[in-house]
Amino acid sequence: MNIIVCLKQIPDLQQIRIKERKPILEGAPLIFGDMDKNALEEAVRIKEKVGEAKITALALGPAKLKDGIKEALAVGADEAVLLMDPAFAGSDTVATAKALAKAIQKIGEYDLILCGEGSTDSYSGQVGPRLAEMLDLPQITYVRELEVKDGKIQAVRNMEESFEVVEADLPAVVTVAAEINEPRLASLRQILQAARKPVQEWTPADLGLAEEEVGEKGAAVEVLSNLAPEEERKQVIFSGELDEIVDGLVDALTKEGVLGR
Amino acid sequence: MAEILVFCEKDDVAFELVSKGKEFKDALGMNLAAALLGKGAAGKADEYFAYGADKVYVSEDAALADFTAEVYAEALYQIAQKNGTEVLLVGSTKRGKELAPRVAQKLGAGCITDANDVRVEDGKLVADRYALGGNTVSSETIKTPQKVIAVMPKTFELGAKEAKQGEVVDVALDLKEPRTRILERREKAGETVNLEEAEAIVCIGRGLEKKEDLGIVEELAKTLGAELGCTKSLCTDWEWLSEERLVGLSGKKVSPRLCVSVGISGQIQYTVGIRGARITVAINKDENAPIFAMSDYGIVGDLYEVVPKLTEKLKSL
Ligand SMILES: Cc1cc2nc3c(=O)[nH]c(=O)nc-3n(C[C@H](O)[C@H](O)[C@H](O)COP(=O)(O)OP(=O)(O)OC[C@H]3O[C@@H](n4cnc5c(N)ncnc54)[C@H](O)[C@@H]3O)c2cc1C
Ligand SMILES: Nc1ncnc2c1ncn2[C@@H]1O[C@H](COP(=O)(O)O)[C@@H](O)[C@H]1O
Repeated sequence: MNIIVCLKQIPDLQQIRIKERKPILEGAPLIFGDMDKNALEEAVRIKEKVGEAKITALALGPAKLKDGIKEALAVGADEAVLLMDPAFAGSDTVATAKALAKAIQKIGEYDLILCGEGSTDSYSGQVGPRLAEMLDLPQITYVRELEVKDGKIQAVRNMEESFEVVEADLPAVVTVAAEINEPRLASLRQILQAARKPVQEWTPADLGLAEEEVGEKGAAVEVLSNLAPEEERKQVIFSGELDEIVDGLVDALTKEGVLGR
Repeated sequence: MAEILVFCEKDDVAFELVSKGKEFKDALGMNLAAALLGKGAAGKADEYFAYGADKVYVSEDAALADFTAEVYAEALYQIAQKNGTEVLLVGSTKRGKELAPRVAQKLGAGCITDANDVRVEDGKLVADRYALGGNTVSSETIKTPQKVIAVMPKTFELGAKEAKQGEVVDVALDLKEPRTRILERREKAGETVNLEEAEAIVCIGRGLEKKEDLGIVEELAKTLGAELGCTKSLCTDWEWLSEERLVGLSGKKVSPRLCVSVGISGQIQYTVGIRGARITVAINKDENAPIFAMSDYGIVGDLYEVVPKLTEKLKSL
């Protein structure tokens, strides 16, 4: 069984600083998205269950991916395909999905494509469904339980009013929710082994794509502005004996006029 | 004439989009239509007209009996292509959010999901959505001729109903059976909580050790006349509380007078949900928790000591 996991490298959102409402990304370490890690963990669990499986980690992003991908290889991906050509820079979901779909076709053999339900930074949820459409596959999104059996998958989806149990034949695209599993950490031995796993780097030309079709040029959405909302909080911290602290808070809230119905 | 097409599997959300669509229709010089798909679709036409649709496309094709993104995307694609749809507005419900990019891909269109505002600027549609996990708000426009925008429920107000007639078009669609089969649907315990309208909210996070301890925060909420909200794990992983109570990027954006965050670290995906609160309070045992930067008032302490004491004080007022 061949499983492809799509992983997006993003800045650690807790470490983004805001200066004059502009986000400063420099200095924020790059990590894989939360649910992308869940997707990889699920692939590893499936492999453990079915025995024979190959997991390919697929990522489009900046050159730092070369370092970052080691984490995915250590956790259990067997090999990796990286799309890091400068021409890919500025890709929106359309351009990203197009390049990923071409890469998946080039990888050729796939039974299951796993994505996060949304990337941790943009959370657009677009890449999975777009891949499914381009590859003409069924899509199962918001998956919290997944089982692979006899060329089929059965999944429990977390919808607004219900949990929906669905089934599809493979190949299929599945996007996972955060609650599907708890991603493992790699052992030291796995980290060392990861260095020997194959990593391929493909350019737009390798994917049969012209430079105009990828990156910013291939993007369908234009960002006009991206600013943090104005926000100021008083940040008063009460300290002292518990009784005094609580009194202080109750007084402050009374003065603010926010107590009582 | 170019057309704006509205679809949402939840009619009340579709009505919000139709209500707002009237404004876009005038600004962009387009028709306003809606797609009604699945069982019982035909019977809904009049209500769509009442909210302002000029035209509705109706299909009760058997392949649309259950919502599957794959088949619904194909249905909307066929309707859009036949009728000159330029703008497709769908509700950014969970289903709408998986549908929008799939139909956009068929149309070769750009798409914006989770829009929390859409407006016309210089003759162009501009949508806002959160970016960088909620750190920022990104204003975006779509460059392709056809555009798909999925709008969060409750972004637009429901307009007043009018006595209006429109054109019903029964569409014959060429659809295949869905490749995903729904085996079972387990309804969630129905709870209606209206966090968006609450005047006060107490949110509880992973600082709470076990479900049995919910009582102490519930007691505080009751004393404050507040609704109870929570962070993600409490509803999706542990199912202690219903997802109706989730506050944050993938939950509710709230705007109470008072919001008390208890045992919550204050990661951006949560704090984006409480930005609209007038006064924010945090109780957390870690003085370095980012939630304090988002708070007007903070207490560094163990919630198991602070919350009962606070409740007691409030009761004695
Ligand atoms: C795409 C995406 C969307 C998301 N959407 C949401 C969303 O809508 N809403 C949401 O909430 N999360 C969301 N998350 C998850 C979010 O990133 C955080 O993981 C989550 O908000 C953390 O919840 P928490 O603060 O309760 O838990 P933690 O981060 O684990 O914090 C627990 C806090 O409790 C404190 N604590 C522990 N014990 C005590 C005690 N006895 N007394 C006082 N304090 C104590 C700790 O100091 C700590 O600060 C999303 C994540 C992603 C990737
Ligand atoms: N640049 C990327 N490289 C690899 N996978 C991606 C990339 N962007 C998005 N994905 C995948 O698509 C999912 C949804 O992303 P998004 O559409 O941005 O919310 C992510 O969780 C990833 O699994």
